[in-house]
Amino acid sequence: MPRPGFVLDVDRSTPPILFHHGEQFRLEKLPAGRSRVIYPAEPIEALDDPDAAIHHALLHPLGDSEPLPALLKPGMKLTIAFDDVSLPLPQMKAPDVRQRIIEQVLDMAAAAGVDDVHLIAALALHRRMTEDELRHALGDRIYDAFAPHGALYNHDAEDPDNLLFVGTTKHGEEVEINKRAAESDLLVYVNINIVAMDGGWKSTATGLSSYRAIRHHHNVKTMEHSKSFMDRHSSELHHSNWRQGKVLRDAGIKIFQIETTINNNTFGHDGPLSLLQKREWEWTGRDRLTFLGMQKGLDAMSAKRRRQIFMGWRAPYGLTSVQAGEVDAVHEVTLQNCFDQHLVPVEGQTDILTMGLPFICPYNVNSIMNPILVMCLGLGYFFNLYRGKPLVREGGVLIMSHPTPWDFHPVHHPSYIDFFEQVLADTTDPKVIEATYEKQYAEDEWYRHLYRTSYAYHGVHPFYMWYWGAHALQHLGRVIIVGGDVRAVRRLGFMPASTLQDALEMASDVVGRDATITHLHNPPILMADVS
Amino acid sequence: MIREALAGKRIFITGTTGFLGTNLLERLLRTVPDCEVVLLVRKGKRSSVEQRLKREILNNDAYDRLKAELGKDEFAAMAARRILAVAGDVSRDGLGLDDAGRAALASCDVVIHSAAAVSFDSPLDSAVEINLMGPTRIAHTLQDLGVTPHLVAVSTCYVAGNRRGSAPEIHVVDSPFFVDVDWRAEVDGARRARSDAEAQSRTPEKLADFRAQARAELGAAGTPLLADKTEQLRGRWVSDRMVAAGRARSASVGWPDAYAFTKALGERALMEERGNIPVSVVRPSIIESAVAEPRPGWIRGFRMAEPVILSYAKGLLKEFPGVPEGIIDVIPVDLVASAIIAVAARGPLDEPDVVQVASGSANPLRYKRLVDGVSEWFGERPIYDSSGQPIMVPEWSFPGRGRVQAQLERAMTLLEKAEKGLQALPLRGEQAEWSARIEDRKAEAERALGYVELYGAYAECEAIYGVERLLELWDTLDDDDRRDFCFDPRVVDWDDYIREIHLPSVVEHARVRLAPGKRESETREDRLRRQVLDPQRQLAAFDLENTIIASNVVASYAWLATRRLPPVDRARFVAQALKAAPGWLAQDRKDRSDFLRFFYRRYDGAPVDQLDEDSLEMMSQLLLAKSFPAAVRRVREHRRLGHRTVLITGALDLVVKPLAPLFDDVVCASLAIDERTGRYKGELLEVPPTGESRAQALFDYAAAHDLDLSEAVAYADSTSDLPMLDVVGFPVAVNPETRLAALARKRGWLVEHWSKASGAPAPTFPIAPRARSAASSGGRR
Repeated sequence: MPRPGFVLDVDRSTPPILFHHGEQFRLEKLPAGRSRVIYPAEPIEALDDPDAAIHHALLHPLGDSEPLPALLKPGMKLTIAFDDVSLPLPQMKAPDVRQRIIEQVLDMAAAAGVDDVHLIAALALHRRMTEDELRHALGDRIYDAFAPHGALYNHDAEDPDNLLFVGTTKHGEEVEINKRAAESDLLVYVNINIVAMDGGWKSTATGLSSYRAIRHHHNVKTMEHSKSFMDRHSSELHHSNWRQGKVLRDAGIKIFQIETTINNNTFGHDGPLSLLQKREWEWTGRDRLTFLGMQKGLDAMSAKRRRQIFMGWRAPYGLTSVQAGEVDAVHEVTLQNCFDQHLVPVEGQTDILTMGLPFICPYNVNSIMNPILVMCLGLGYFFNLYRGKPLVREGGVLIMSHPTPWDFHPVHHPSYIDFFEQVLADTTDPKVIEATYEKQYAEDEWYRHLYRTSYAYHGVHPFYMWYWGAHALQHLGRVIIVGGDVRAVRRLGFMPASTLQDALEMASDVVGRDATITHLHNPPILMADVS
Repeated sequence: MIREALAGKRIFITGTTGFLGTNLLERLLRTVPDCEVVLLVRKGKRSSVEQRLKREILNNDAYDRLKAELGKDEFAAMAARRILAVAGDVSRDGLGLDDAGRAALASCDVVIHSAAAVSFDSPLDSAVEINLMGPTRIAHTLQDLGVTPHLVAVSTCYVAGNRRGSAPEIHVVDSPFFVDVDWRAEVDGARRARSDAEAQSRTPEKLADFRAQARAELGAAGTPLLADKTEQLRGRWVSDRMVAAGRARSASVGWPDAYAFTKALGERALMEERGNIPVSVVRPSIIESAVAEPRPGWIRGFRMAEPVILSYAKGLLKEFPGVPEGIIDVIPVDLVASAIIAVAARGPLDEPDVVQVASGSANPLRYKRLVDGVSEWFGERPIYDSSGQPIMVPEWSFPGRGRVQAQLERAMTLLEKAEKGLQALPLRGEQAEWSARIEDRKAEAERALGYVELYGAYAECEAIYGVERLLELWDTLDDDDRRDFCFDPRVVDWDDYIREIHLPSVVEHARVRLAPGKRESETREDRLRRQVLDPQRQLAAFDLENTIIASNVVASYAWLATRRLPPVDRARFVAQALKAAPGWLAQDRKDRSDFLRFFYRRYDGAPVDQLDEDSLEMMSQLLLAKSFPAAVRRVREHRRLGHRTVLITGALDLVVKPLAPLFDDVVCASLAIDERTGRYKGELLEVPPTGESRAQALFDYAAAHDLDLSEAVAYADSTSDLPMLDVVGFPVAVNPETRLAALARKRGWLVEHWSKASGAPAPTFPIAPRARSAASSGGRR
């Protein structure tokens, strides 16, 4: 029986706690008496037979929806959209859930005599997926059957000929999505809901959309009112997506939503990384040795080699649920399944929140975690992993551990480089950044060219990374990065510290000497339910 | 008395653009209000005599005092009323005067000849034409005109030659140490030396030498630029020959340098040729900044002691030869001007007379006192280096000249070797700057050696110049004259002069840093970058390889060629490429366009469609991965500023096509296509834009779009791009290789060091990951 997540109060006997530190790790002794550590739940039971579960879900849809086979007719236009390489994190062991689901959907379509089928990677303004990545997500069989005929491709949010303006919400938000998807008789959307932020109407309204529509919720105001964006019902980001979803539904676009949840088995129950999902006092002598060896080995390697190793990791996640049918009905069940794995009840806020940032975030798969992504992962994703109140009190301090190198992937993140060199050199205030620079980057022809023909994130994407942290920036009194490149950390507007001890000293200026400390022991993923 | 004597007189003056001339003219205008002056001024290359008068004479800060006294308008009116500038040249017969000029000269009562080639290292023939022949030409012109004004010829104490002991105010020929040199033979000899040197510089061996040197300096820069450089080198060689000839000839007959030598013979010639013209000779020693007039410390241009003093203060000159108890005969410029005016006011004597204006006998300044004063002064107020650190002045041990010279020569040889070694290495960017630094050190050593060779003789000179006649003249002056026209060398308090007058003035003129800390103001780079990014610019041209991406035609070929190869063939390909690479490199260095033609034949028979598809993938995997983000940003910055941007590269169109949207236009090489088979032929359609054809491409492009190349910016990385860099107003060297780094530094070009994104996935060997299916990855409809 997997144990649920829990909160540990640190006392003198508590061993040093594991901090992720990019592609490295740190063991830190937290001050006794005023520190606590929130541990994620152990991986919950996976489904015994994923394929059977998928089959069952397709035949027994939730909400106001017919079973999938009943929706498939000969001569119809069918489009299958799927989550891109940003999910799950890290990538999962083959076969990928998307492959399992789409193979069944395609079998049913073939049985129904549907031959006009397109597969679209719903990547919104993310970079295009490479051939290898598509093959990993869908399997060689699907890739070889569709890609050569141009029926498997990446969504292009800058292709004016293949976008359809659908309408406007009552709030004035424009809705525009992929034309093929909008004009299909049925759109099947295949999700991997690794956190509660994913899925629902956000899949289509954002994933298959364009800058014209996305800008209505990917902005500072919306993000400052999403508390948190991991909590669908308290998130302005999601309200806006849902309004756009209503426009899609009212326009008669027929969507068959498939959502899946996976468990916390990110690093496996055995193997070198398994100790990352164990609790430190339960480490065996062998675990300690493994850790020491790993730490020394990693420290001796080049950054490039370390990245290679970690990017090669395929997580042995277990599928915990799959539900299909009408979007809202499906998503409510999905949320519950997500929370079952992630939620950990936490009593009260803390003065100082510490976290160790791992090697991966949604936007550096097979790439480099640049400083802007460090900010986004810490102040965006991890800070927002709460329901109720933020883990850290208003005016409190966030201490993150990450090497934060001044490194960028020139192919994947060209506009990030310029954002870092030009925009952040000028200001770190999200509102000023949005007002002064967003349009220029969003409409830049060169970034557009790279987004469409190379493997670059859209020109506006680094702005969204910064907005993702807007709520945290507004909320926090100080942000400190431990062990980061000093210049890069300063450029982000944060304070660099060489050790956690120094960081805690620096934090005491803001929150006093007896401040309470909470460590978010993540990943594997946990979401704090703060009362 | 002086004022009265010169009232109503017209004075003809030569050399008023010089240091002494400026001070002299200013004093006449300010202190002798009733005289008029006629100035002999050489026409400039691009400026008229009037323009030179205005800009180079009356604009000098010497006139600030008079302008303040009179007011701007009155000053202009006074100048217009009293100054007449006539075009002429003392190195031409008849002084190059036109009729009006001759008439003006004929109307003068006094002629003060202060024009001279004062540089100690003038080429022999020009020193001869000006210093030796100048005074005689004046005398001849006056004789022609049938007038006999008082001719005051300014000479130098050092006509006495390299010797010890007293050197009284006597004519050169009267000196017991005078070596009897026939001045006419010297004139002929100097002229012949010039034509011999010119002839010798054109021998095939010499020309081959110059070409080899030009090539070593510029690399494969293309014929026109190499030819230009070769001619420059030839000219410089001739000039150097003439300087050497001057030094050698002077030394052989006992003078420290060509200046003193030609001046001495000039005096002799004048005495022989003066006819009925009454002559006085005024000989100053080493003229330095003014002690009082028009203000303490006034100086024009950098003279003899200043560069030496500054080199010392900057810590560059560690040793300078000289005898500690030796006398440095320095005389403030205003004293010299006063003496000249006093001689002119006194009028000619029956026989030509000589007046020396020097300090050595009446008020000697010992070498040690000077050195101590300077070192103490800079010890208290050090100059700061570029990083804001004070420079400690070295302590002088007064070594002999030979030792210092040998030391410096050894250093030079070492630095030259290091420089050659570095240039042979394939360095780029920051590393290439090492050589620039060595070059700096070399230039410093060279300069120090120059000072030692040139001025060492003066520091070691132990002649003592008599000033009896000067003091006799002083005794005849009344108090007013003594106040307004002081030339008594005994009034100078050397400690005060060094500490309070001369050094502050030197430091001020040198624009050196006098305060610690980083400079607040804009750095040179910032200024150049601002100019480059000025909205007024019209065009920005970019080279591709090593300017925007760290890749080359060989790499892109290797990538494209391996994209569809099975693994076994890949290994073979790599092996073959590695074997052939040195040959390619050598050929590329020799002639880029030949190399390209040869290399591009490899594309013969390549399918057009497939290469188009592969090249799109190559943009992401090779070109962008190896791109310099700052370069890409710069292109876009230019576009945002409204400049037209153009990529000019020898790379193939099929390779650069995916990069085309970055620029307004692309000028590149393209291969012929066999329409029937849909395959490339290995032939280029046109001459690839490399070397001088790149400049031509830029000319054509600018003409076609009506753009001004003087408002254009060009970015490139190698001397083979020099033709392109040379034709634009704002060249930028990007990650320059050694030779270009040195050139860029010399010419004051902006240098940018752009690097690949830190963390960029850079393949060591440009081999493509194998295409796994017919359709490109992530293909769209």
